[in-house]
Amino acid sequence: MPPLPDLVAGSILVSLIIYALLGGADFGSGVWDLLSRGPRAALQRLLIAHAIGPVWESNHIWLIIAVVVLFSGFPQAFAVLSTALFVPVTLMLAGIVMRGAAFAFHSYRLHDEGGRSRWGTIFAAASLLTPVLLGTIAGAISSGKIRAQEAIAVGASLTWLAPFPLSVGLLTLAVFSHLAAVYLIFETTDPDLREDFRLRALWASVAVAALLILTPILAHAGASDFYGALLGSGWSVGLVFLTASAALGAQVALLLRAFPLARICAAAQAASILAGWGLAQYPFLVRPDLTVVSTASPPATLRLILYSLAAGAVLLFPALFILLRVFKREALFGHPRDPNTV
Amino acid sequence: MTELLLARAQMAMFFAFHIVFAVAGMGMPVLMVIAEGAHLRTGKPVFLELARRWARGTAVLFAVGAVSGTVLSFELGLLWPRFMAFSGGIIGLPFALEGFAFFAEAIFLGIYLYGWGRVPPLAHLLSGVAVALGGVLSGVLVVAANAWMNSPTGFLLLDGKPTAVDPIAAMLNPAWPTEAIHMTLAAFAAAGFAVAGIHAYKLLRDRENLFHRHALAIAIAVGGAASVLQPVSGDFNARFAARNQPAKLAAMEGQWRTERGAPLRIGGLPDAARETTRFAIEIPRGLSLLAFHDPDAEVKGLQAFPRDERPPPAPVHLAFQFMVACGTTLAAVSLVGAWLARKDREGLYRPRFLRAVVACSPLGILAVEAGWAVTELGRQPWVIRGVMRTSDAATPVSGLALPFAFFSALYLALGVAAAWLLRREVAQSPSFPRGDGILRNEGGQE
Ligand code: HDD
Ligand code: HEM
Ligand code: HEM
Repeated sequence: MPPLPDLVAGSILVSLIIYALLGGADFGSGVWDLLSRGPRAALQRLLIAHAIGPVWESNHIWLIIAVVVLFSGFPQAFAVLSTALFVPVTLMLAGIVMRGAAFAFHSYRLHDEGGRSRWGTIFAAASLLTPVLLGTIAGAISSGKIRAQEAIAVGASLTWLAPFPLSVGLLTLAVFSHLAAVYLIFETTDPDLREDFRLRALWASVAVAALLILTPILAHAGASDFYGALLGSGWSVGLVFLTASAALGAQVALLLRAFPLARICAAAQAASILAGWGLAQYPFLVRPDLTVVSTASPPATLRLILYSLAAGAVLLFPALFILLRVFKREALFGHPRDPNTV
Repeated sequence: MTELLLARAQMAMFFAFHIVFAVAGMGMPVLMVIAEGAHLRTGKPVFLELARRWARGTAVLFAVGAVSGTVLSFELGLLWPRFMAFSGGIIGLPFALEGFAFFAEAIFLGIYLYGWGRVPPLAHLLSGVAVALGGVLSGVLVVAANAWMNSPTGFLLLDGKPTAVDPIAAMLNPAWPTEAIHMTLAAFAAAGFAVAGIHAYKLLRDRENLFHRHALAIAIAVGGAASVLQPVSGDFNARFAARNQPAKLAAMEGQWRTERGAPLRIGGLPDAARETTRFAIEIPRGLSLLAFHDPDAEVKGLQAFPRDERPPPAPVHLAFQFMVACGTTLAAVSLVGAWLARKDREGLYRPRFLRAVVACSPLGILAVEAGWAVTELGRQPWVIRGVMRTSDAATPVSGLALPFAFFSALYLALGVAAAWLLRREVAQSPSFPRGDGILRNEGGQE
């Protein structure tokens, strides 16, 4: 069995991957709300609101799980990160607050407003900004520019305002939007709406592909250690192959309207990007000063965290399944949907 | 303001805001479940309507609670990185467990709010029960972290670093049971009275409306039961503080000298310059009696502590007095309500009692805010009592005024918006005239 700190760090990565696949897509849906255009703009927004309404709160909790496990498992790393990245984390929190609250207020009044409202606009704009910040934070963590001693002594740093972290931010935005567009195809049977989101998914996949080329190039200069680990490790070839074939597969499947395949490929692509990030970070939590082992809590704590994660999974996965079963039956389990409803 | 003061004020603002929604998240599900259970038992549509409307309001409150709670989890690191670096590994366990309580709550709330008519009635009711359990569990677990800050256990201090960490012992710290019970009761009392006040207000205008009659009865039953128990539970907290956190107790009571047979002070203003508490009504030996159940027991005064280890007595004393005043009022009104309703519920709907309930409506949540001020300010200058000073915990980041101003404005806007949405909901309440229990006015229907 892998050592305890690795298991706990791995569980953070897994929570982040699930957060990207579920919560990330909710952010992406907000982006499509912002960009809704054309004769079916109002219908698109309604579809988006119905799709994320019942699930966004539980999707959102994966982020909380990741943070909680980070600060109990690796308290030092949490302290350094929250000091050095004070500014982007604060901005991201503002985005999270506005997205969540505005969406709740917006959907509360959907039935008497229908279309775009002030809340809807805030919800959509915050959905655009938050993923960029989330990705920028991830990029800054791997850039190798955050020094532990300095952070504790001096405070906030501006290392995140550099091409590489910002490109990771854009990549995150593109990936979330791509996921959302692909998922949204399944939320309706209206052929026109499906076509709308198919086109959006295709555009997003092009953006993802471009950024997947740009980001490593910027990493070469802006995060050289990370770059070396990302492309020079034993697993690098396999990872690049997996990501590239998932990206290509998603595009081809979208072109051929093979939507279930497109969904699998889009999710696989997002997961492999994040897994690659995690693998290239290893054994560091914050390059280059803090490693998984050097910042880990005592074994007793780590063991208890893993036990509670396991117990939580046993108790909650059935409940999560019920939630998805009730609200995503058509989208996930393939039952035909009444064509008269959105 | 210094950066430390800004950090503290900011933390206080985040908590003061979050706790309002946390209280709703703990209390409202219980009310909804009772209403829905009454519907399943009696088949009366008025109860179903009640459960649905309470649920609609809760959805908005819950969303604000979820995002403001997320902010808090990050702010612990943003504002107090050294505190988190020290205690994350010790007290992370309740936070990790809490994550799953949130999960249960969010999942079942999704089913509850959006699942009307989509899941069988009994399953729907049970998901409501799960939401209620998840809410109470979240509160109880997060309070474990705060209780540990008051009575840190589960580690040994070696060169300023924690060793021999035992997260279970830390979670089961001695302050947890009293704090958790007191907080849970507070949530029920505050939510119950807030809701009861709204329906009492509507009843004063529309006395025969069954909708508000049932709503009032349910809310006052929950809020009243908790309010009657609250002073009893508070007595345990105070006695625990007397033994475990004597400086906090001295500040709460405005007790400067260490003395036997200490008096209980009602009102009064602690004066730090003269080291006395002026203008108080003193009940001889009352404090010794209450805090130690012995009229001659010795109570430590603030003078027993070095100046730089004394909490600020004026705000702590005033907040404590205010909480106890609220608690006494709520308990008294609840007992009167129980007396009025001893034969049948009609007694509850007398205008005078309704007016009293309206007046009491905000007292519960105000007492919660005051109680947290007592706990947090009374612990000063420590963030972890006796282990780490607040000033050593704060972030080195400067310029905290900016995020403080920004988030204050944002939260103000959110608070106003949420209140406005709920006000609309209350304004268009349905009418169920007495006698048939059939919905007449479709006005506010979905
Ligand atoms: C509805 C709310 C409410 C009401 C009516 C009361 N309280 Fe309270 N009190 C709280 C809500 C609260 C709280 C906000 O929930 C606190 C903050 C920390 C905690 O655990 O509970 C609290 C803290 C708190 C503490 C500090 C505990 C500590 O820091 O160790 C004491 C000693 C009391 N309470 C005592 C009382 C007494 C004697 C009351 C008599 C009427 C009373 N409370 C009513
Ligand atoms: C369980 C949860 C809580 C935890 C872990 C917690 C933690 C903290 C921490 C780390 C600080 C900064 C250090 C300090 O000034 O003592 C703080 C301050 C503060 N918190 Fe809490 N707190 C909790 C609950 C609450 C709640 C619910 C309130 C509600 C209103 C609250 C009110 C305050 C106030 C007023 C301060 C500022 C204290 C000061 O100005 O001296 N706390 N809290
Ligand atoms: C005594 C203090 C506290 C109590 C009683 C409390 C209780 C609750 C409850 C009942 C909820 C769920 C209901 C709702 O969303 O409205 C909630 C949400 C939340 N709280 Fe608090 N809380 C307290 C302090 C804290 C602290 C100190 C933190 C962070 C470290 C925190 C983090 C959260 C988070 C992340 C959520 C969102 C969960 C979700 O998405 O559903 N809370 N809290």
